[in-house]
Amino acid sequence: MDDTQKLEDEITNAIATASDEAALELVRVDALGKKGRVSLLMRGLGKMSPEERQIAGPALNALKNRLNMLIAARKDELVEAALNARLATEKVDITLPARSRSMGAIHPVSQVMDEVAVIFGDMGFSVAEGPDIEDDFHNFTALNFPPDHPARDQHDTFFLQEKDDGSQMVLRTHTSPVQIRTMVAAVERAKKAGTDLEPIRIIAPGRTYRCDSDQTHTPMFHQVEGLVIDRETHMGHLKGCLTDFMATFFETEISTRFRPHHFPFTEPSAEMDIGYARKDGQILIGQGDDWMEILGCGMVHPNVLTSVGIDPDVYQGFAFGMGIDRLAMLKYGIPDLRDFFAADARWLKHYGFSPLSQPNLATGLSS
Amino acid sequence: MKFSISWLKEHLDTDASLNEIVEAMTMAGLEVESVENPAQKLAAFSVAKCLEAEKHPNADRLKVCMVDTKDGIKQIVCGAPNARAGIWVIYAPVGSYVPGIDVTLKKAKIRDVESLGMMCSAREMQAGDDHDGIIELAGDDWQVGGNAAAALGLNDPVIDFEVTPNRPDWLGVRGIARDLAATGLGPLQSDNFSKIKGQFECPVEIKIDAPEACPAFAGRVVRGLKNGPSPEWLQQRLLAIGLRPISALVDITNYLTYDRDRPLHVYDVAKLSGPIRARWGAGETFEALDGKEYDVTTAMCAIADDDRVLGLGGVMGGTASGCTEETTDVFIESAYFDPKITRATGKATGIESDARYRFERGIDPVSLQSGLDAATQMVLELCGGEASLSVMAGIPPIFERTIDFPVCEVKRLTGLDLGADEIASILQSLGFDGQMSGDVWAVSVPSWRGDVSGIADLVEEVARIYGFDKLPQVSLRREAGAVRPLATPLQNRARMGRRALAGAGYLDAVTWSFCAKEDAALFGGGGDDLLLANPISSELDCMRPSALIHLVRSAQRNADRGVADLSLMEVGPVYHNHSPDGQRLSLAGVVRSNPPRHWAGSRARDVFDIKGDVQLALSAMGAPVGSLQTTDQTRPCWHPGRSGALRLGPKILAEFGEIHPGILAKMGIDGPLLGFEIWPEVIPARRARTGRSKGALNKSDLLPLTRDFAFVVDADLPAETLVRATKGADKALIAEVNLFDVYQGKGVPEGKKSLAIEVTIQPKDATLTDAQIEALGNAIIAKVEKATNGVLRG
Repeated sequence: MDDTQKLEDEITNAIATASDEAALELVRVDALGKKGRVSLLMRGLGKMSPEERQIAGPALNALKNRLNMLIAARKDELVEAALNARLATEKVDITLPARSRSMGAIHPVSQVMDEVAVIFGDMGFSVAEGPDIEDDFHNFTALNFPPDHPARDQHDTFFLQEKDDGSQMVLRTHTSPVQIRTMVAAVERAKKAGTDLEPIRIIAPGRTYRCDSDQTHTPMFHQVEGLVIDRETHMGHLKGCLTDFMATFFETEISTRFRPHHFPFTEPSAEMDIGYARKDGQILIGQGDDWMEILGCGMVHPNVLTSVGIDPDVYQGFAFGMGIDRLAMLKYGIPDLRDFFAADARWLKHYGFSPLSQPNLATGLSS
Repeated sequence: MKFSISWLKEHLDTDASLNEIVEAMTMAGLEVESVENPAQKLAAFSVAKCLEAEKHPNADRLKVCMVDTKDGIKQIVCGAPNARAGIWVIYAPVGSYVPGIDVTLKKAKIRDVESLGMMCSAREMQAGDDHDGIIELAGDDWQVGGNAAAALGLNDPVIDFEVTPNRPDWLGVRGIARDLAATGLGPLQSDNFSKIKGQFECPVEIKIDAPEACPAFAGRVVRGLKNGPSPEWLQQRLLAIGLRPISALVDITNYLTYDRDRPLHVYDVAKLSGPIRARWGAGETFEALDGKEYDVTTAMCAIADDDRVLGLGGVMGGTASGCTEETTDVFIESAYFDPKITRATGKATGIESDARYRFERGIDPVSLQSGLDAATQMVLELCGGEASLSVMAGIPPIFERTIDFPVCEVKRLTGLDLGADEIASILQSLGFDGQMSGDVWAVSVPSWRGDVSGIADLVEEVARIYGFDKLPQVSLRREAGAVRPLATPLQNRARMGRRALAGAGYLDAVTWSFCAKEDAALFGGGGDDLLLANPISSELDCMRPSALIHLVRSAQRNADRGVADLSLMEVGPVYHNHSPDGQRLSLAGVVRSNPPRHWAGSRARDVFDIKGDVQLALSAMGAPVGSLQTTDQTRPCWHPGRSGALRLGPKILAEFGEIHPGILAKMGIDGPLLGFEIWPEVIPARRARTGRSKGALNKSDLLPLTRDFAFVVDADLPAETLVRATKGADKALIAEVNLFDVYQGKGVPEGKKSLAIEVTIQPKDATLTDAQIEALGNAIIAKVEKATNGVLRG
């Protein structure tokens, strides 16, 4: 048995000192290969007596198993050492700058339009659109601006060149023409289907134009129009709808005030103020007791309903219009309207929004 | 419209404070724009008495005064020549802000003598121009410490508010008072003018030859009067609202214009020749009171005598017949001019006058006689003289309007549940009358309320005076049932495209819908029907044909500010003609690629990056990107060799490429710039399916395999043709074709190029045999050869 022990010591030592996987394999073949030293000993078992075999057999098998385990363990060690050695050569200076990628940004007007649509969508409004270049009928006459009336002067209208018939198209001065287009279409649908007029609830966001340019006016700006027509909506609904809107939009408790005003296309007409405070040059919506005008609204004027073929004795409803740019300025503290349209990359990055911030009410409007 | 509180109180008996008046106005629809309260500005100043004034020991022109003030006796050094013992003065204490010289007073030593405060001049108080000396209060009836504003007669706040076009009656203080009385601020004072009895026949004859423009013209002569400066109170009234006093006669007409919205005019009878006629203009010229000459066209209403035009009816009088200090006999005009003609004349001449402003909004047609009488009474009181009988040519438009008013409309339109008494009392307080009982009232409208023409107007009056703050507040809920989609497919596409591109690094911009005509022409627009008649500048005079224009210009502005690596985009309208269908939505982008140097190397973006961005956006918008065809047929604004269009059949969904360097040069823009323009409307709508099911996923468990091929083709063959042909060889088995190499040079004949592709083959049902794979390879080679004349590269 001393010989066997000596053999085991020798092989164990060879395993432990094998410097790489190839050397280890040579040790393994030398010990456990077909002609390996342990294999030869095992082959010798056949020549033994059963008694001898009964003792030597298990001993040799145990030896073989021990060696196999040592070889496997050593192999793991060597693989790991080799990997470590390779990784050591692969080290980089991880502090070097990245190949950076960055997202762009969503313009505040786009973002606020999405926010507005989400809030009104929750109240059952859908989004309608109309052209920027309008005729006199849709922009003025159907909205109860009599021809040559001073009310038109307040609109600083952009005109296009005279047409052959002497008329002039205008750039819409407000989004209200979409009211007319929406109602005309609804009346036609009802006529075609031979049914009553379906209730109307739309908002119409879009570009509007006035021939005016100074610190607080740009020749192009954005408005959102709202229109509700059915058989029972009254001024109380108008007040509730817009008060709810403001609180949801500004994401804060808010005080509102309705004042009588005049618009040709609504009667009664009102302007809505929201409460604010000015603190350290910042405007804080929902605090303090100063009022700022935020929108115009009113019950749709019977003349407007009549002009599109809706019976004002049966149907009624409200309309409103507010400035998107102004909403954005107030909510997000953007100081100068003129910067909105300058496409200055620094401004767009600073005041813009992540494209992943798609407004919705479930996660919080502007979270 | 401006008025002062003291003026208001001539018509309204009220104890309300300034704040209460402002609040009541606001809530009644008279939108206050500003309140100027001189008393506030002067709150720190008070009445004081100068007790002693001795010569300054070190300065000849200065005096050392002892002044009895609310703070005790103060030593004040003063340089005013009129500073002397015994006069009553206005005292400004140390620490007060003196508005006229923009200084906050400090304790001072003037030439070694201590001075504690100041005695003020009118200019220092902003109470006038006088600064020759300090203010001396007249008389001796003053108290030390008395309010300076009151002492100076400056305690009359002035309110400026917006008059909406429907309410010309608010252009007179009496009209304002009537509404405020209705809101409960106090009773309306009774009118203090009465009918005038004439003493003699009016010597001036009036004739109306243009009854459409001037339906009625009343007037009378006052003779033997003396014109001169108007009295202090009248001058103060006018000054307070920013009008310059001129002479008693002129001031009276201005006063009544503002007092009761009754424009008037006065003519010096000595300068008249023959009757006064209201007639159409005849192309003559006329010098108006503003000193300018105007052509009197045949569309204008001229007020003329036998010799010349005296005035433009309802707009402005002339210099020729104006009243002066020498005037002894005056003819007072009180007329009605048609709103539309007045407005047209005003617009044609550019004259903005108080008269025009009122006549074009429509004045009370019943006010001709009462206004004439009021003016006459004031002339007699202030200038003396003797009044003639009044004369009137024509008849004022008759205003008689009765509205059938179902009183339940108040509730239907406002949600307010008001009693009949309450409604009636509100209407009556505003001057409405008629039968106000039963279900349907017959409400007659007062002559000054031409704006009230229907039921809704009456409802507004009731709600406005009752108070919008008392309206119910009812939340608007969506109808029960499923939530309908809010946005149209196009709106969703625009939103997805915008957000996808922003995710890829683009900055979302919003730029003007109009641009310079020259720029528009470079991008295929600039047509006459899209030119603005009244642009704000020549740089913004034409509706844009492409959203690229301002992005290109902005890219340059950004580069000039040091932002040279930039991706901008915009989703907005472009215009092809002025019809409602001539507008189209565009999603455009512009890229200037100037990547910063990177330690591992960097690469500027090129048209293929842009093509990838366009495909990303199109895919986000639901376009079948894999089915799109790329062609090199694009608009002339693109580089002819480096641009492409993505089509679906004949429809162009997008164009992309380098902006034409020649166009950039013309615009003064540094190139190169890359760009794209996508038309979301052209993207086909998603097919209507029965549900939203995405269908089953066909994923094979069999390993896909790849094979490479290289073909030699004509150098100008579009690579897409080869890829398409390859795919067509077996649509079932070929999952993907990836073109990975383009080679020209050694080994490839002149005029040819080599295109290498990797074909991914996805077995469907069973592993492919070698024979099957070879057959597929041959099919690909054959198909490519047929489609492109290309041959497999040996």
